[in-house]
Amino acid sequence: MDLTLKIWRQENPKAKGKFETYKVTGISTECSFLEMLDILNETLIDKVQLPINFDHDCREGICGMCSLYINGRPHGPDDEVTTCQLHMRKFKDGDTIVIEPWRSKAFPVIKDLMINRNAFDEIIQAGGYVSVTTGGIPDANSIPINRADAELAMDAAACIGCGACVAACKNASAMLFVAAKVSQFALLPQGKMEAQARVEAMVAKMDELGFGNCTNTYACEAECPKQISADNIARMNREFFCAKVS
Amino acid sequence: MSMSLVTLSSVTKKFVMAFAGIFLMVFLVVHLAINLCLLRNDGGEWFNAAAHFMGTNYVVKVFEIVLMTGFLIHIFFGILLQIQNWMARPVRYMVTNKTTTPFLSKYMIYTGGIVFIFLIIHFMNFYFREIGLVANDVTMGEGEPNFYQVTINLFSNTTYSILYIVLIATLGFHLNHAFQAAFQSLGLNHPKYTPCIKGFSTVYSIIIAVGFCIIPIFFMFFK
Ligand code: FES
Repeated sequence: MDLTLKIWRQENPKAKGKFETYKVTGISTECSFLEMLDILNETLIDKVQLPINFDHDCREGICGMCSLYINGRPHGPDDEVTTCQLHMRKFKDGDTIVIEPWRSKAFPVIKDLMINRNAFDEIIQAGGYVSVTTGGIPDANSIPINRADAELAMDAAACIGCGACVAACKNASAMLFVAAKVSQFALLPQGKMEAQARVEAMVAKMDELGFGNCTNTYACEAECPKQISADNIARMNREFFCAKVS
Repeated sequence: MSMSLVTLSSVTKKFVMAFAGIFLMVFLVVHLAINLCLLRNDGGEWFNAAAHFMGTNYVVKVFEIVLMTGFLIHIFFGILLQIQNWMARPVRYMVTNKTTTPFLSKYMIYTGGIVFIFLIIHFMNFYFREIGLVANDVTMGEGEPNFYQVTINLFSNTTYSILYIVLIATLGFHLNHAFQAAFQSLGLNHPKYTPCIKGFSTVYSIIIAVGFCIIPIFFMFFK
């Protein structure tokens, strides 16, 4: 298939970026979206032009490194997949595809389509962990956990921190990410101990970094490649309220 | 107050929005009940009695202050959140978002803005007359405003009636999302009850919108 690509090019974080148009030809429908960009980059290198920068690592849908806002949707037109798992069969021959980086004040562009997601790391550093004291490993069965909570915690823990929630949200809010991390710990006995301090610290950090405010549009939930539920946001609100009043 | 309102945490602002919103939604039910008195064929006796009660009762007077505070808080935070949210994405996308979301949820600031314009028109016609901010020319004995007459005068104008219906429909759209979103914001979420709340949200918004619209339609066609 032959495609026209409109891709955001930006020299560095300070530079003013702009869209450039590229043509790619003979792309197989079996090709993944990132492979298609690899092919484009090969041709650019052959022409002694700068290749397009974009993030990726595992290309298996588990690391959360790939991003890309494709034709108005984070991770492109397929549901519940990351960009690396998106295939060209989702497009038609002759299509024009617009590729933009995640847009958020808290995720500045590093170069082209590559963005800086350190903000998420900072939120995790603010409280997304369980403090442990050193010593022997306790027996796994010594802490009983009810099955339903274990499942919910596991679902929340499926978040790979890709940032699609922020990219999709009309307010560039990071609520779904933070809520998933808060929930994952708050649901388990090991995490309950520090739950109150955690939710307050993580929410404060999220606000400080310049993410927007949630207005319950649930675009985050709709675009999350790991199907993290917005129920987690309600849980975080509840946790936050309890922490503030106690 | 050591913390300024602007620097309140995002979750706290959601809470405040939801609380104020729920209070306003409860008030709407009371308001609708009073308006439905207009449908009685009693020359406005019940309606004016209700208006008189609302204008003079001391308990209501206290709630009036709470209500006005609710309005101001809801409007203030609505605008504040919107400005902060615009600032959170300084460079916009070229392709507008195509994510499937509940349709009305993305337009709350706009439906809210339209409802605000309606509120001003409505205050000019009724509330400001009551508190003496607007000259009151339609009275019944002792200078008390005759709100039944005011209503009849307004609804005898077809343009006004149609505008009223359109604005109330917008309010209905605003409420449709608002009702269930308030519960989400307050963290009141439950696998069993949340679907009921969402269903009730739709029912509530339809009752309010249809309930208020019946009155101009009644005056247009049956009076
Ligand atoms: S590259 Fe690892 S999830 Fe896409």
